[in-house]
Amino acid sequence: MSSAQKPRTIDIVERTLRKRYSAEKRFELYGLAAVISGLGFVALLFISIVANGHTAFYQSFVKLDIDFKAELIDPQGKRDPADLAKADYDALVKEALRSQFPQVSSRQDKRELNKILSSGAGHRVRQRVREDTGLIGTQRSLWLPVDDEIDLFFKDGSTAIDTIPGEGIASPTGVEGEVQVLLTTNSFNAVLNEVKESLLRKALLAEKGIGDLEMNLQRIEREIAALDRQLAKEKAAGNEGIAAGLDTAKLNLLAERKGLVEEAAAKTQEAADLRKRAEAPGGDETLSADLPSYLVRINGGLVKASSVNNSGIGGKVLLPLSSATEAGKGDWEILRLAVPEGDRRVKDQLIAWITKLQAEGRIEKGFNSNFFTSGDSREPELAGIGGAVLGSLYTLLVTLALSFPIGVAAAVYMEEFAPKNKWTDLIEVNINNLAAVPSIVFGLLGLAVFINFFGMPRSAPVVGGLVLTLMTLPTIIIAGRSALKSVPPSIREAALGVGASHLQAVTHHVLPLAMPGILTGAIIGMARALGETAPLLMIGMVAFIVDLPGGFTDPASVLPVQIYLWVDSPERAFVEKTSAAIMVLLTFLIVMNAVAVYLRKKFERRW
Amino acid sequence: MQPSLLIIVLLAVVAMAYHLGRHRSIATVGGIRSVPRLHSLPSYYGAYTALWCGLPALLVFSLWLAFESNIITHLVVADLPLETRQLSPERLNLVVNDIKNLADGNILAKETDPGIKAAADHYTSLETTSSAALSVVVLVLGILGILFAWRRISPELRARNAVEKTVKALLIACSSIAIFTTIGIVLSVLFEAIRFFDIIPFIDFLFGLEWSPQMSIRADQVGSSGAFGAVPLFTGTLLISLIAMLVAVPVGLMSAIYLSEYANKHFRATAKPLLEILAGIPTVVYGFFAALTVAPFFRGAGEAIGLTVSSESALAAGVVMGIMIIPFVSSLSDDVINAVPQSMRDGSYALGATKSETVSRVIIPAALPGIVGGILLAVSRAIGETMIVVMAAGLSANLTANPLEAVTTVTVQIVTLLVGDQEFDSPKTLAAFALGLVLFVVTLILNIVALHVVRKYREQYE
Repeated sequence: MSSAQKPRTIDIVERTLRKRYSAEKRFELYGLAAVISGLGFVALLFISIVANGHTAFYQSFVKLDIDFKAELIDPQGKRDPADLAKADYDALVKEALRSQFPQVSSRQDKRELNKILSSGAGHRVRQRVREDTGLIGTQRSLWLPVDDEIDLFFKDGSTAIDTIPGEGIASPTGVEGEVQVLLTTNSFNAVLNEVKESLLRKALLAEKGIGDLEMNLQRIEREIAALDRQLAKEKAAGNEGIAAGLDTAKLNLLAERKGLVEEAAAKTQEAADLRKRAEAPGGDETLSADLPSYLVRINGGLVKASSVNNSGIGGKVLLPLSSATEAGKGDWEILRLAVPEGDRRVKDQLIAWITKLQAEGRIEKGFNSNFFTSGDSREPELAGIGGAVLGSLYTLLVTLALSFPIGVAAAVYMEEFAPKNKWTDLIEVNINNLAAVPSIVFGLLGLAVFINFFGMPRSAPVVGGLVLTLMTLPTIIIAGRSALKSVPPSIREAALGVGASHLQAVTHHVLPLAMPGILTGAIIGMARALGETAPLLMIGMVAFIVDLPGGFTDPASVLPVQIYLWVDSPERAFVEKTSAAIMVLLTFLIVMNAVAVYLRKKFERRW
Repeated sequence: MQPSLLIIVLLAVVAMAYHLGRHRSIATVGGIRSVPRLHSLPSYYGAYTALWCGLPALLVFSLWLAFESNIITHLVVADLPLETRQLSPERLNLVVNDIKNLADGNILAKETDPGIKAAADHYTSLETTSSAALSVVVLVLGILGILFAWRRISPELRARNAVEKTVKALLIACSSIAIFTTIGIVLSVLFEAIRFFDIIPFIDFLFGLEWSPQMSIRADQVGSSGAFGAVPLFTGTLLISLIAMLVAVPVGLMSAIYLSEYANKHFRATAKPLLEILAGIPTVVYGFFAALTVAPFFRGAGEAIGLTVSSESALAAGVVMGIMIIPFVSSLSDDVINAVPQSMRDGSYALGATKSETVSRVIIPAALPGIVGGILLAVSRAIGETMIVVMAAGLSANLTANPLEAVTTVTVQIVTLLVGDQEFDSPKTLAAFALGLVLFVVTLILNIVALHVVRKYREQYE
């Protein structure tokens, strides 16, 4: 039979079936992977922002006993607000802080101590006095904000402090200044070994650096050789001009080579020294700021080790000891700060002070209400989004007041009244295109027309509102039209049938029925306007504005622009502020969208 | 009176006008029982009066506010001493700024010139006068409107027709705003761009290979003409957009296919809105994410495998932009895939094709025009996107195709050239408008083509 020579179709199909099925499975998996990666991006975005930002809602405060000295605040005793505003509250605050650490005397230490407090602490005290002049002449404990670096120290834990319990009996040689802590056992051996290890690591790093330098050197040598060959060629050809240029190039290279050789020599020396120190058995070792810090807590005080050997440490007292008596096993401990002091913004001395304040219950985390009420500031701990939120509110009010009526009117005209002609076609094409024009182009329009032509003020919410109105109009018109379109014609016909005019039919019957859809579109348009940044940059809403805006023409910033400004700020603490501001912005957006969804669900009618 | 307060007062007057008109119409026919004798319902007479009261006043109000500041500045400048007036436009502008600042009560850094002080006082007094005059004019116009309407109200007056005619005219005016916006964009960008091309030849701008506008700050500087060759910006924009599309198109398209062809109803109902969250997130948030999370990640990953990745690499900006565009691509593709008739799927299944074969050999080819249109729209979004690249891409105009290096884009340059202090006549500022023109034209063309393709495709299956 012929079927013996010709393979049957079913056989061909079955032969490839397994392959086709696995291709089918693969394809489905690709699809699933795409969806999951999309959802993964959403999750990643939210997680990274919340993880960065949730800490900004809390802030550390320090409790200080402030003596509101009458002679300092109000020397004339008249309680004149102008006098009260002028007084030096910073001095008051600093004095209160210093009273916590009576032993701090040198100018340098005092300046270091003042780093604990936010520069806005004095201003807080001034506000308190202004609110309640009865405070003058009394003593009160106030919670004042700490500096942003200190705040971060408590929050981010990048300066981890490990505690190593002390073995054996330790005896300090003094209570202040430079002291030694001597030991009966060799408990500092472990510390010494750790220090040696760090030294070895640094030596290895330096040796690797030498290798890089030598590679550079070789490259330069090659370049010089190439240059020499070219020089000889040009000279032989008699091109004096080019030869002179090559000569200067060669001189530059030679100078560079000399620098590199010196650098390599210095590095070699450094590496050798480090290695020698690391490999030398026992002995004294000096601790510098590029090594981890070791602090010894003993007799209620704190000693920073600047040198270490088998039998003890020597160093500076950061917090005075209560006595120079011996401390037994378990009564003293070693604190290790793995991050070298040179790489930290908060130095050992400052850490000693703030840990003491913390132990006394004078440092606590509190809700950062300032973040929601105040305007922008150069100091992260004082900066808030209050001004930006107000600015956004004013801008959106202008946008809503203009774009909603205009958008609804345009949608009604286009859907209900417009005759089919060139003009309405043109309008329709324009609306569709405007919806896809990049937002920054609207900013250019605002800059050229509203600010340059009409001379309106820069950075003002009213101009921002106008620009955003033009930007959101297409969204609202398109949403409005589709809402109007979904109202069945029978409604119109019934209205017209009982004698209503066309406009009456629309305003009394069609528009109310389409309203939920139109509102949904308007809210989504407003949400987009709230998140929009680029056009507002163009019209000058990026200015640094500390004061809260008081009206539609006051200079203001808006929430997304504030976020943009903070991202550019160099201070580390602004990262969490930015994330927190984003969290607030996203909350607003989610609420707006949820309202839109709710409206649609609640009032949507299927005809 | 503050403008916002004036508006509120005017609205109150308009409300009053409505009531007056309504009552007047009832009174003319002698009481509520004889209302049928009126041509229109009493509320139309009210609306008639309100329109006469509010419209002229509002028109004057907006025109006044629009031109007030220019006219006052002009008057103040005209009163300045002759030597000041003959300064170059930029210098004069500075003087005017000083005067305005002083009038606003800001303290100037330098000693104030008595002449400027006098001018500032003049400015303030003019402002007060203008504001007072505005209040009087607007309110008087409102009241005159009421009186006029009041006198015209009679049972024969066709109030409804008049009101409806006006309302219709207003509706037309509102819908024409879209046209005026487009005209405004074109004119504002075009005028400044033409001034720019007077200084820098169009060809040099469009085909020049070097972009360094920062050089032209001082006139006596070496190389003060700067370099305005926009090719590095175009390539940078294209590079970042390309990376974005490489992320967005596969992910977006495959999720659309999975959600419409494979996923069960429940999964689709949850996954689709979750994916669309990405579309609702403000771009500044993406910029933050790119600059603080993604860019350092790529940098670290590059270092780990021995590559030098710039901290402002095109890759980071492009990938994040791609994430932003995913929902755009996926919802547009979803629409077109769902528009493919079920009968075509059924036909394919009847021939024994598997789902994936149906998708790749029947559905995708059928939906291809729509998908391409959607992708074109997405490209136009990517080209015009600003905040992500401003925050995560670089400023230096490198002519490179290496995604690990920093490149700059058209939108980044527009923002850097226009943000901050600026004089409005330097080529630097005008260059931003020339770039804006290019951006507008390119996105416009992309949009028109894409919308056309999508519409054509829809008609095919309807």
